[in-house]
Amino acid sequence: MVPLSWYLGLSALIFTIGAVGVFVKRNVITIFLCIELMLNAVNLTLVSLSSFFGDAGGQLFVFIVMTVAAAEAAVGLAIIISIFRNRESLNVDEVDQLKL
Amino acid sequence: MEKVLFIIFAVLAVGGALNILLQRNPLYSALSLIGTLASLSALYVMLRAQFIAAIQIVVYAGAIMVLFVFVIMLLNVPKEQPVIDKQKWLRYLAVPFASVILAEAFYVLRLIPSVTPPRVEGDQAVGTTWSIGTGLFTDYLLPFEVTSVLILMAVVGAMVLARREGD
Repeated sequence: MVPLSWYLGLSALIFTIGAVGVFVKRNVITIFLCIELMLNAVNLTLVSLSSFFGDAGGQLFVFIVMTVAAAEAAVGLAIIISIFRNRESLNVDEVDQLKL
Repeated sequence: MEKVLFIIFAVLAVGGALNILLQRNPLYSALSLIGTLASLSALYVMLRAQFIAAIQIVVYAGAIMVLFVFVIMLLNVPKEQPVIDKQKWLRYLAVPFASVILAEAFYVLRLIPSVTPPRVEGDQAVGTTWSIGTGLFTDYLLPFEVTSVLILMAVVGAMVLARREGD
């Protein structure tokens, strides 16, 4: 039987990798992928705790997190397309104004 | 046996996650994230969360990542552009930030006790479609309905944002 701490440790590791990616990468799409990675790390925590404590609430949370992630991906990618159309670049250092 | 499987899928997930950072082409990063998502789905099956595992493949790897790959190919950005040293001091700031986050993660890991709470077996299994569906339409009905409004807003917002000026 795999102990709970292994799952939580793996989740922390993946979350850390995602957070480091947001800091070090410059391409806005890669940063977006790292945000998805962090969401998945949190999902792993929720599912493992839900499974170990026998409460379905955690898995329902994961269901809703996935829906929010889908909505976020749709809107975020639309913003990325809009930015690329106006600036011809996906480098976050060049996108330093709120206007598109 | 279960531990061996866990280690295999954990290594695949972490390797895929690291590969996202190492690749310069965002398309390879996206494919690597799909691998990580599939490994996490296998871990969900090991946790007896079958429904979430299936949703992970269908919605995440199937729908969201296809959207990402589609946008990457639509924009046709070949590679990450060469580094522009606009703010050079930020690079030296990144290393301490990353090490603080890593240290924090390992500190928390050491605090987790290695006890395993008893698993609930049989009829009380929580990962089945039945139990998720029952919860979704009784106790969590309001979040479920709010989610549908959120998706409607996302659809309208994406259409407005991605539209060309003057259409």
